[in-house]
Amino acid sequence: MKITLKLYATLSDLLPPEARSNRVEIEVADAVSVNELIARFHVPPPLAHLVLLNGVFVAPAQRGQPGLIQAGDVLAIWPPVAGG
Amino acid sequence: MGWTQKILRVNLTDGSVKSEPLNREWAHDYLGQRGLATRYFVAEVDPGVDALGPDNKMIMATGPLTGTMASTGGRYSVICKSPLTGAIACSNSGGFLGAEMKNAGWDMIIFEGRSPTPVYLYVENDRAELRPADDLWGKSVWETDELLHKKHQDPQLRVATVGRAAEAGCLYSAIINDLHRAAGRSGVGTVMASKNLKAVAIRGTRGVGNIKDPIRFMNVTREQKKVLADNAVTGQGLPTYGTQVLMNVINEIGALPTRNMREVRFEGAGKVSAEAMHEPRHSDGKPNLTTNAGCFGCTIACGRISTIDRGHFSVANKPEYWGNSGGLEYEAAWALGPDTGVDDLDALTYVNFLCNEDGMDPISFGSTVAAAMELFEEGAITTEDTGGIELRFGSAEALVAVTELTARGEGFGKALGLGSRRLCEKYGHPELSMTVKSQEFPAYDPRGIQGMGLTYATSNRGACHLRSYTVSSEVLGIPVKTDPLETDGKPELVIAFQDATAAVDSSGLCIFTTFAWSLENIAPQIDAACEGDWPVERVAEVGARIWQLERDFNMKAGLTGADDTLPGRLLKDAANVGPATGKVAGLDQMLPKYYELRGWTADGQLTDEVRSKFNLPA
Repeated sequence: MKITLKLYATLSDLLPPEARSNRVEIEVADAVSVNELIARFHVPPPLAHLVLLNGVFVAPAQRGQPGLIQAGDVLAIWPPVAGG
Repeated sequence: MGWTQKILRVNLTDGSVKSEPLNREWAHDYLGQRGLATRYFVAEVDPGVDALGPDNKMIMATGPLTGTMASTGGRYSVICKSPLTGAIACSNSGGFLGAEMKNAGWDMIIFEGRSPTPVYLYVENDRAELRPADDLWGKSVWETDELLHKKHQDPQLRVATVGRAAEAGCLYSAIINDLHRAAGRSGVGTVMASKNLKAVAIRGTRGVGNIKDPIRFMNVTREQKKVLADNAVTGQGLPTYGTQVLMNVINEIGALPTRNMREVRFEGAGKVSAEAMHEPRHSDGKPNLTTNAGCFGCTIACGRISTIDRGHFSVANKPEYWGNSGGLEYEAAWALGPDTGVDDLDALTYVNFLCNEDGMDPISFGSTVAAAMELFEEGAITTEDTGGIELRFGSAEALVAVTELTARGEGFGKALGLGSRRLCEKYGHPELSMTVKSQEFPAYDPRGIQGMGLTYATSNRGACHLRSYTVSSEVLGIPVKTDPLETDGKPELVIAFQDATAAVDSSGLCIFTTFAWSLENIAPQIDAACEGDWPVERVAEVGARIWQLERDFNMKAGLTGADDTLPGRLLKDAANVGPATGKVAGLDQMLPKYYELRGWTADGQLTDEVRSKFNLPA
């Protein structure tokens, strides 16, 4: 299935060359977990701080679960950041 | 002791300047800066005062850690009654002026009355005097800064000044110090200009001594600097990307207010984000962001220094804007960008430069332009009103044009200078004003971040993110992650943030330290510097006391619980995209509990029990 992966801030450099505007469409296995994608794109685990699936926070305990990600989903990841 | 124990009282009506001892009893109850200045203010000013009349006072106040070696210890605040909101105004700024004031030997400066002619205050350590400013009146912030430096032949002079917007009566005018740091919100610059006070120029060479336990202070501040350096947010995230990194985060969660808060996601967010500021331009290969920058004593350095593409339409024939200056921070970028529908990074940077150059709060300004754009698109205002400007959402050209007008108080800029609430009322559509207590919203939609709805509604200075930044918990997971779409538990969360923030704002430190520090890290620094014992519990109590005191002033000034609300758009029109789809701001589910926890009546009034508990003045 296809999903959209977005990596931001210092993680932007880990996106493949075809990525545009911090996003890339990727093919993934049906039961892929968030952690498997974090490993596939070489995101250092401590830097996968803010993980949003379709805009909703994915808690660390959920990131190893298969089946959380569905076709067409948008997975976005940030290192520790803040603002205001 | 932390405090210099001296305040400077400046009577602008008769031109007198005198030194007074600090009220140490109040300092022990209210710490400094925001809290202590508010205590002075409520003691000296009738809450019903005309904010732009001579009887309003304006206090510039440092905290006990301002000017010390504590990280970020460079803050000062400006306290007065706000002409925008009618509530208490308290605007906090960084840069170097606060530390300079402290180094000159002053905890705070109280301005009262109104000068018959334009003046500026010159302070050189103990020497303080009012000087004519006829030659400065009518000048921008940047011109005034340069003229004062030339006049005094002192490159180390620190200057806080108002620009042409304040002189023209723009109700959300800021006081700008060090060229691009702002006491930005609630129109404190408008009050300063109303007193015919153009600028404050300070040189302090005395150093900040009087620390209770210098060795312990050195040790504890060093330890806490290491905490900031080792923290991924304050050590890496903020210096590298600044606050602007939030643009894509808040857009992703569906809480980025767009086109006057009609929508919650902006299709152009990526073009005006922190990531975009790092991208090399096609024209010259340079990015918008030149470097980061820090205020006095700061070991985070989140500030942005930027340049505009010289070929961009906004500056193509204006070489004076080709150099580096203060760049976009998140709230300004949001108000000037997504809220107006403009996705042109260079245009936003130029407009931000103008807000600094002539002293306007970019949040209130951008939000007011957004309201004007909706009024224009609804047909409530036309090109006859705007002087021919097609003021449509997404038009960078229109945004630039109205900014130039508002900064100088010309043409349609005079109407924009009224702020969103008065502008929308003027043109018959008050429902289009996205304000609380007449102050414009910052960059978080409360339909997608529920705690921020309660934050805005109950903020003592009108809609503001810096009274209680629950985004930290609801979105970023600091200190613990809470669900942004949930209302349960948010009254407790908002109160915790409000009280802690009031304490930090009274210390001389920057609130951004709290992405790594809690009061557990801050209290030992205060304790080592200040007379008496300052455990965490006492610091927290000071924060709660300050909140109650500000609320008390507002109630006496005529505000009521009915002012603790949100615009109908946020209470009735559900978000139509993202995680918050179908949700409105659940204020009614949070406000009664909030009042109860505060110890207030069901209609939001302070009780005798609360007054007694916090020893509030009658």
